[in-house]
Amino acid sequence: MPYNDPHPAETRIISRRFHLANPASIETFLAHEGYQAFLKASKMTPDEVVNEVKKSNLRGRGGAGFPTGMKWGFLARNSPKPKYIVVNADESEPGTCKDRVLIEFDPHRLIEGILIAGIAGDAHRGWVYIRGEYRYLIDIMDKAIDEAYARGWLGKNIQGTGFDFELTTHSGAGAYECGEESALLESLEGKRGQPRIRPPFPAVSGAFQCPTILNNVETFCAVPDIILQGGDWYASLGVPKAGGTRLLCISGHVQKPGVYEVPIGFPMMKAINELAGGLFPGRKLKAVIPGGSSCPVLAAHECDLPMDYDSMAKAGTMLGSGGMVIMDDSTDMVKAALRIIKFYQHESCGWCIPCREGTLWLKKILTRLDDGIGVDSDIDLVGELAENMLGRTFCPLGDAAALPTISIVKKFRSEFEARLAHVQVPKGGNESLVRIHA
Amino acid sequence: MVNLTIDGIAVQAAPGTLLIDAAKQAGIKIPAFCYYEGYSLQAACRMCLVEVEKFPKLQAACTLPVAEGMVVRTEGAPAVKARKTTLEFLLTNHPLDCPVCDPGGECELQDMVFRYGAGESRFTEVKHHVDEKQWSPVVYYDAPRCILCYRCIRVCDEGMGVNALGITNRGAFSEIVPNMGDHLNCDECGACIDICPVGALTSGTYRYQTRPWEMEHTGTICTHCSDGCKTTLGSRNGEIVRGNNRDSSGVNGEFLCIKGRYAFDFVQHEERLQSPLIRRNGKLEEASWAEAINLVAAKFGEAKGNTGVVGSVHTTNEENFYLRKLAMQGLGTPSVDHQRSGDVHTLLDALAGKENALAAVDDLYRAKAVLIVGADLSEQHPLLAFQVRANVRHHQAAVYTVTPGPVREDKTSAKAVRCAEANLLDGVRGLADELKSKGDLTILFGDAIKGQAVRDLVAFGDSLGIAVKYVCLVDYSNSRGAVDMGLVPGEGGLSIPQMLAATDLAALWVVGADPLAGGGLASKGAFVVVQDLFLTETAKRADVVLPSASAYEKSGTVTNGAGEVQRLVKAASVMGAKPDLEIFGLIARAMRIDVGRAQNEAIFEEIRKTVRGYNVPLPVIATGGAARTQPLNGRLGSIPDPSQVRSARDTLFTSGALGRYSKILKQVVEAPGALYEG
Amino acid sequence: MTFSPRLETKLARLLESYPKGRERAALIPMLMYTQDEVGYITKELAQEVAKRCGVTTLQVDEVVGYYTMLRDRKMGRTHLQICTNISCLLVGGEELWKHACSKLGIGHNQVTADGSISLEEVECIGACSWAPAIQTNYDFHHHVTVERLDKIIADLRKVQ
Ligand SMILES: Cc1cc2nc3c(=O)[nH]c(=O)nc-3n(C[C@H](O)[C@H](O)[C@H](O)COP(=O)(O)O)c2cc1C
Ligand code: SF4
Ligand code: FES
Repeated sequence: MPYNDPHPAETRIISRRFHLANPASIETFLAHEGYQAFLKASKMTPDEVVNEVKKSNLRGRGGAGFPTGMKWGFLARNSPKPKYIVVNADESEPGTCKDRVLIEFDPHRLIEGILIAGIAGDAHRGWVYIRGEYRYLIDIMDKAIDEAYARGWLGKNIQGTGFDFELTTHSGAGAYECGEESALLESLEGKRGQPRIRPPFPAVSGAFQCPTILNNVETFCAVPDIILQGGDWYASLGVPKAGGTRLLCISGHVQKPGVYEVPIGFPMMKAINELAGGLFPGRKLKAVIPGGSSCPVLAAHECDLPMDYDSMAKAGTMLGSGGMVIMDDSTDMVKAALRIIKFYQHESCGWCIPCREGTLWLKKILTRLDDGIGVDSDIDLVGELAENMLGRTFCPLGDAAALPTISIVKKFRSEFEARLAHVQVPKGGNESLVRIHA
Repeated sequence: MVNLTIDGIAVQAAPGTLLIDAAKQAGIKIPAFCYYEGYSLQAACRMCLVEVEKFPKLQAACTLPVAEGMVVRTEGAPAVKARKTTLEFLLTNHPLDCPVCDPGGECELQDMVFRYGAGESRFTEVKHHVDEKQWSPVVYYDAPRCILCYRCIRVCDEGMGVNALGITNRGAFSEIVPNMGDHLNCDECGACIDICPVGALTSGTYRYQTRPWEMEHTGTICTHCSDGCKTTLGSRNGEIVRGNNRDSSGVNGEFLCIKGRYAFDFVQHEERLQSPLIRRNGKLEEASWAEAINLVAAKFGEAKGNTGVVGSVHTTNEENFYLRKLAMQGLGTPSVDHQRSGDVHTLLDALAGKENALAAVDDLYRAKAVLIVGADLSEQHPLLAFQVRANVRHHQAAVYTVTPGPVREDKTSAKAVRCAEANLLDGVRGLADELKSKGDLTILFGDAIKGQAVRDLVAFGDSLGIAVKYVCLVDYSNSRGAVDMGLVPGEGGLSIPQMLAATDLAALWVVGADPLAGGGLASKGAFVVVQDLFLTETAKRADVVLPSASAYEKSGTVTNGAGEVQRLVKAASVMGAKPDLEIFGLIARAMRIDVGRAQNEAIFEEIRKTVRGYNVPLPVIATGGAARTQPLNGRLGSIPDPSQVRSARDTLFTSGALGRYSKILKQVVEAPGALYEG
Repeated sequence: MTFSPRLETKLARLLESYPKGRERAALIPMLMYTQDEVGYITKELAQEVAKRCGVTTLQVDEVVGYYTMLRDRKMGRTHLQICTNISCLLVGGEELWKHACSKLGIGHNQVTADGSISLEEVECIGACSWAPAIQTNYDFHHHVTVERLDKIIADLRKVQ
């Protein structure tokens, strides 16, 4: 149902079947090159598949952007244990809604990507971990899996290739942290979604302590075309160190929010002004969250840049998960900072001290600032506390909370100052304030 | 070996060593809350972050293995700042009620703040409050004080094998939860309280009683089962208020079960005898010590060799040794015995000529394979079970259980065999092939294996062709010492059942035992003398009752079930009661018998010289260590009578007579518990 | 405790989709699917699922406490979830939330007196490009306005 018509400036590869009639059905899929990449891969050796993916310069679409071919190459393929494939469809990073459309409109593409990963990793079993809120997608995925079994595209000796693969969905139950790969594995094993100590990484000890290839939905979805049309072709679509296209989920203050597929390196302003139809009349751009709420925000004047990993890093932010949140000049940045930290506080698993306590404290101070009863020192305190979390937490969620906070306070400090209560805090104690906030 | 530099010091460590351990070996203490030696890694508290050259970020020393050429700074400005800010975070929701908090003064958080300083708190918001909860008579939980280090969860799961603690909610609202939702069903061992670095878990028996620095701390040995755990008793004005083992010495390290940690309360029970009693006109009446001792001396003088003497399984080696001498040489009676709960006698006899055939407590942590025959180890011998679990956890030992019902060890065992007590050996024999493939084996067996069965078991061990060690499981704190000190009938002497059945016995002297609990005394005219803490069934029939001191109220040595000698140190005193040794001395003097001075050091010297296997190094004992006795290895003088061997089959929550006077043991909902329920 | 035949089939299949001896893996999906039928994780349900997955009830409690979608108390027949996270916030999510609260007279994680509707302010539900978004049970509603929210609530109240 959530669907926007293709825009001429898009490069639709993984989303190229979205507009077809009955796009999720296996018939549609098979009628449009479906499973051809798998058949091709089935005649390749695992190393050949991995090399093709390496050549493609595909980087993980889940957020961290790790080179996928390299990751698959790390898999402990010689281990006597079974190897597994796990798909991260937990999609919970605020601003992100791309895995959802991929599964809704082309679930067989995902299955095909998984099968190819299975060949690359000598793995014969996999799970698609889908966030619990996406129940309808679990149903869609289950149906696609059933169809694939019924038509011999899953199960034993798939299409006579001699390759076996078992696939099931696995429902999450409401926890952002389960998107973090090791927490996801804990959750898959029936436990609280708390991250694991790494190393070992999933490639060595993942699901059920077996070597595991774990990737984002979109990453798997990119694989069939890489096999079909070649890694070089895919690489050529993007920039030198990052190949292919990716889905941008554009939201916020734009006229045509939606999910658009563009090559890596696509200009950010073009995405906002052309794909997303530009801002509302009379509005000016204030800030952009470029890739999900854990990325540092860019102020309007920083947004004229191509969306590739290096350019984003140079601008002090990240490509992240592709969730672009556009904020115009009507945006209250204090509120935005509060809402973001509120999210991370709610989702902090509680394992490590800096994240568990830091996010709650930040939420409390930002609430007070938003309520207009903050004091001068609060602004620096927010920045400092966030810095004190940075790089010291057990998993990257702590950084995900700290980074946007630091950037907003730094770049939009005047908005915080304008909201101060103008009360001087007596040194050494502020009982009265405690009471106000109670 | 891997070479690295920590704070400028060149350090060598085995490959795979964690940085925090390597630093410790070099004398550098990297701070940590969640890291705890012996339990799984957590890396959650982030206190151990250190600078490591070539790493852009601070690294957690508790999970980072050492690497060749690694250069580490543990107290540089970045690490110190990180710790300080982490402490600041931690204190945001931690109540600052140190003055009334139990661990105040022995709180790791307090120490850490003292070391790194959290400065003045910039946290001005309202703290999140949750009411304190009582989970059991001994365990209280105060969530706001909890720093979520998961130590309690791990010690309960990994250490105890109970898994009674978990965690619920998430983020800053995470809380530890007990297995029954609002209360605990567990061993009530208090390990969680002990391991808690702050005051989140406190004990029902100790909380708000005193401040740590107001107590005197005495390291002594638990009076309950035969495992011989060391316990540090905190006492105030001669009264014990706390039991733990904070200095981690002794065979048990930090381990203690509910009995060792809390069941010292029998000492102060209101029914403790505090004055000698003499039967007058059929009634026991208070009397002076002089009166009572003189009466006893006179009666024993008349009875002479026709006296039955029942010794104790709680009294010290010195007392047992002296009692035997006093009875056999002084009174001239060979009728000396004690309640035997395991057939140590036959085992020692069967092992004649073998060396290193008796396992000490530490061996259970090192054996490649452990076979448990006819015992519910976690219920009856909690320390031994703890050792076996640690062995499985750290060395992947193979555990086999051959028992009449399910036991906790089944969960981690390589094989669990069920068979009736009469057929235990058949079950054992079925494991022969598997056991042969193990490098070595330690066999623990309960009271169902006695007499010929012990010899058969040893023959089976011999047939395996691998090194085999044995532990004959016995019940109480000095059951083993009672056998070793020879509290068994001499030539022509009566055993306990024979004493009770003899119609012409002139006198019966019962020290810390209750032989009449199950029945009467055939000899109606016998003069009965009882030394005990309480008015037992036997004491009720006595003509003279002498109030004795418990093991917590005296010094001396005891020998645990695995044959290790340890020192008792007086930690408490109860008005009116005297140590049994002192009572023996008074009786001897009144009877003008000279069997040597009734004095611990002198007697122990004699024990070292004359009791086989007891020539142990004195410094080990003097410094509070455990000295292994060497196996006797040779024919014992007297013929064992296996039919008498019977364990009381105490559970975790019972402890014979002492247990009946422990209020805390009775309060726990799980009490008295049962064996073989898994 | 038994469930509807359809759910039982689903659960049987679920238990088979993990390696042997790893039945615990089925815990979270099983709690989700059975919660849908039972309403919330009752004590009895927790025990039943614990038994089927070979875990202790403590392990079930730990999980139920962690995941926001698992509930240990009864919610409304329809659980109305309003996203106020950043993308929705920018285009009116907070107004929807406030409106729903005042209209229903309840707050976060509360249930109307008649038990028909419960309300939850949720984190991003993956509908950012079609914000502001809400969910009624598992159904998504996109580009929601105050007027549409009123109609959705009215419809929910009709289905009694
Ligand atoms: C707190 C946190 C949340 C995350 N959430 C997601 C998520 O929802 N979906 C996802 O694919 N990756 C998520 N990730 C990234 C994963 O840990 C992991 O890097 C990714 O799934 C790997 O797949 P990729 O290489 O294909 O990107 C998250 C990471 C963190 C630290
Ligand atoms: S940073 Fe720490 S508390 Fe936060 S989610 Fe990760 S492990 Fe949990
Ligand atoms: S922010 Fe509301 S759905 Fe993403």
